[in-house]
Amino acid sequence: MSEPSSQMIVFDDVSKFYGEILGVNRVNLSIAPGITSLVGPNGAGKTTLMNLMTGLLKPTRGAISILGVSPDEPEELFRKVGYCSQFDSFPRGVTGREFINMFLSVYGYAKGESDELTMKALERVSLTEAANKRVAAYSKGMRQRVRLAQSIAHNPSVLILDEPLNGLDPMARAETIRLFRQLADEGLHLVISSHILHEVDMMSDSVVLLNNGYVVAEGDVHGVRDEMEEHSMQILIRCDKPAALASRVFGEDQVVEARLHEDRHGLFIKTRDADKFYLLLNKIVAEGLVSVESVTPVDDDLSAVYQYLIGSETEGSRI
Amino acid sequence: MSSRAETVVMEKTAKKSHWTLWRRQVASILRLEVGKNFTGKRSILIYLLAMTPVLIMTALVSVHYDDIRMNFGEASVIFANLYEGMILRTVVFFGCAWIFMNLFRGEVVDRSLHYYFLSPVKREVLVAGKYISGLFTSIILFGVMTALCIFLIYLPLGYSGAMNQIFSGPGLNQILTYMGITVLACIGYGAVFLVIGLFFRNPIIPAILLYGWEFINFLLPPMLKKLSVVHYLHSLTPVPIPEGPFAIVTEPTSAWLTVPGLIFVTAIVLVLASFRIRRMEIKYGSE
Repeated sequence: MSEPSSQMIVFDDVSKFYGEILGVNRVNLSIAPGITSLVGPNGAGKTTLMNLMTGLLKPTRGAISILGVSPDEPEELFRKVGYCSQFDSFPRGVTGREFINMFLSVYGYAKGESDELTMKALERVSLTEAANKRVAAYSKGMRQRVRLAQSIAHNPSVLILDEPLNGLDPMARAETIRLFRQLADEGLHLVISSHILHEVDMMSDSVVLLNNGYVVAEGDVHGVRDEMEEHSMQILIRCDKPAALASRVFGEDQVVEARLHEDRHGLFIKTRDADKFYLLLNKIVAEGLVSVESVTPVDDDLSAVYQYLIGSETEGSRI
Repeated sequence: MSSRAETVVMEKTAKKSHWTLWRRQVASILRLEVGKNFTGKRSILIYLLAMTPVLIMTALVSVHYDDIRMNFGEASVIFANLYEGMILRTVVFFGCAWIFMNLFRGEVVDRSLHYYFLSPVKREVLVAGKYISGLFTSIILFGVMTALCIFLIYLPLGYSGAMNQIFSGPGLNQILTYMGITVLACIGYGAVFLVIGLFFRNPIIPAILLYGWEFINFLLPPMLKKLSVVHYLHSLTPVPIPEGPFAIVTEPTSAWLTVPGLIFVTAIVLVLASFRIRRMEIKYGSE
């Protein structure tokens, strides 16, 4: 049975143009609770859709409703919605705790209540130890997590997350995905943008594929997985001993190629099975062979997979 | 209780809780913004600007210490010129421009405005909170600056001479009027610059144009004179100063019209700002 619109995120014929340039065009979507991933290469329209949902952008045409509330009513909308955007900027000089607390105070929470919510949110993203450090001293991954904490601190029913796993190390990625699953199981709507298909596969209940501002496919995630397994993906690992890591992983079945980065502080890995590779990497890190600074799936190969999917769509198949 | 009576009670409670929430939100915004205004990287310029008249006044008083003591009437006229020409038309004008235009524009430049836009705050409440914070900052800063300048001009009179001038002469009235004009200037210019900061990507150009308009105000015909902030403030000054041979002299507007008029215009400008901010989008990349 379909859910009432007061429990759905609804895009009704939504278009957004930036002058002459197309952002998204004629988007019709109904998003149910659970994890929905917006997938597409850079410039596909993922962030535009998210900014439209949260009222940061106004649609040129059409209407959006988030659990029955229009994005034009921020005073109601953001009681229900949390948005972790990609804007990596923070008020100057604040600590992680102050950052979350100051905006909770703007929500209207009393001091004691906002303190409690702040600590709970920091705990959920495993950032309690760094709570009193200045955000300016945080690593990229920590900044990502503190933004995530800020977006969930007021216990929203809808969580919109723009590339939330960018810059996180493997452990933090796994923990964060676990947190997303937990929130989805609690009945929240999670709308997550990503161009990392294997992560989409791991966590999503449904996907929306975007290309050049159009929704080219939407539906359940299993179809995407089948397509992905035929393609290798490339990962960049920033670590202290990339050469040692290369020789350690090269013999593994799932690793197709290992190549040192030009600056010799990173290693490109091509793998057929990213999940298995991440498990292997966790093991290597636990053994103490290398100290990993960051793990970033590289665009190009994912775009290739994506292009493959888009090709399938234009030939008439539906995921 | 009948259902109608219950409905009325519920509506009243909801309205009351709205006001309570808005008051809390304005107070929170005020706390955050005042902190930024006084200690942020942009505050240095304001401090320098506010110190300038005090330094000039210090130099003036130290050079003409005895002249001021001997002829305070003339010193009052010199102060009036300095107040209108420099404090009001330059320091308060550009100080307000910097403080109020940066309330929104500065956040766009710093890419941090979205945090407010992603909070459950009515955009009108955000405008009110930001405006009040700008007002608080500018009134404190320029109020203290005006007070210091007044203190310096009274310094050569000594304690008893100054007290005599203030309480037995026109001093108290003049001091209160100058302070009041500074406050009104912050209210009026603040609202204008808040709106300019919302409508223009590069607000410096409209600010300079406005400065030019305010500067040539004495040359304008009476109708056009009224389309400026400085005309009303000039009408209030306690020591009239000549505006030169080319000035078109008009009847000064009475304080009873000036003060509510300026506040009314400020309210209209703030409503305009609220309309603007409801339609505002966050597109940092294109700024």
